[in-house]
Amino acid sequence: MPETITLEVFRYRPEEEQEPTFQSYEVPFRKDWVVLDALNHIKDEIDGSLSYRWSCRMGVCGSCGMMINGDAVLTCAAFLETYLPGPIRVEPLANFPVVRDLVIEMSDFMEKLNRVSPWIIPAEEKPVSEGEYLQTPDELEDYKPYSMCINCMLCYSACPVFGLEPGFIGPAAIAIAQRYNLDNRDAGNEQRMEVLSDDEGIWQCTLVGECSAVCPKSVDPAGAIQRYKVTATTEWWKSKLMPWSQ
Amino acid sequence: MATHKGKTNEPFWWALFGAGGVLAAFCIPVLLFLNGLAIPLGWIEPPRYEDALALVQHPLTRLFLFGLISLSMFHWAHRFRFTLYDGLQIKHLNFLVALMCYGSAVVVSILTAVVLFQL
Ligand code: SF4
Ligand code: FES
Repeated sequence: MPETITLEVFRYRPEEEQEPTFQSYEVPFRKDWVVLDALNHIKDEIDGSLSYRWSCRMGVCGSCGMMINGDAVLTCAAFLETYLPGPIRVEPLANFPVVRDLVIEMSDFMEKLNRVSPWIIPAEEKPVSEGEYLQTPDELEDYKPYSMCINCMLCYSACPVFGLEPGFIGPAAIAIAQRYNLDNRDAGNEQRMEVLSDDEGIWQCTLVGECSAVCPKSVDPAGAIQRYKVTATTEWWKSKLMPWSQ
Repeated sequence: MATHKGKTNEPFWWALFGAGGVLAAFCIPVLLFLNGLAIPLGWIEPPRYEDALALVQHPLTRLFLFGLISLSMFHWAHRFRFTLYDGLQIKHLNFLVALMCYGSAVVVSILTAVVLFQL
């Protein structure tokens, strides 16, 4: 077991430098440490100027995603041991602009997420006195996998199409749209379809599948997209062949 | 009822792509096995020429072969369009690429129809 391991960390301080650089830090190697622990050690003990996002340390908040040796991962779930003997290259999530060090600019993602109306749009609002909107376990199962998304954006970093086409609404936004589309309490399909079946929506996807491969929550956004392509295609043909059904 | 406000044509091409993919995946291995392995290697009795011709001349067989070849071509065309589009980074030529890809599929479909109906 080595005593230490080296992290090569991407640094970018826009007020000081034009170009990003890499800085090496030697941190203690501990079997129970994840990359995020090593970053916290650097921040607390070695170099307080390092910037990065994190919160929960348990794969729930979705804020600690980074590229580790080129792969998009949650740093709170990436054990140092996996990367022995090192060095470990730590970079900000790919395909996003960098604000500073390991912090990426995510307002584009937030805007896209908002575009798919990620909330339940009921056909008609019931007064509270009428009680809950009941749902069977089977109905819950229809959308549950998609509801596990933690908005970590790893799938955007892994998606080569998003890398080439920043306009692409992207894997998580589509999976989250499906989380509501497939919920029997929701009636927002129509308004979401305008966004999803747009040229910047599902049709950009060429089924590379990397989004599902990197997703830490097994959301399977690639599956959500394929499933939605079938739905959108069916609706499109219906609207062409049976215009009266609209 | 859901609507397509945007003027996207993608569902049209995707439907041909999807149909071609499914049909090719199910039928081509069987056809290849029969005509490419089993018959040449003598595992099964080869049909007589007249029987094979009669089979191909049957309207249902013609329709099937036409559908299989044409839709497989549209499957290829759609894939290839995106391969060129993303792979070569030529999105400014989007229209030209699409025309070339789907156009090839149309041409092959017409040739297929001509050949099949002349048999
Ligand atoms: S779909 Fe998976 S990878 Fe993408 S943002 Fe959600 S949890 Fe993260
Ligand atoms: S710190 Fe919350 S997901 Fe890693």
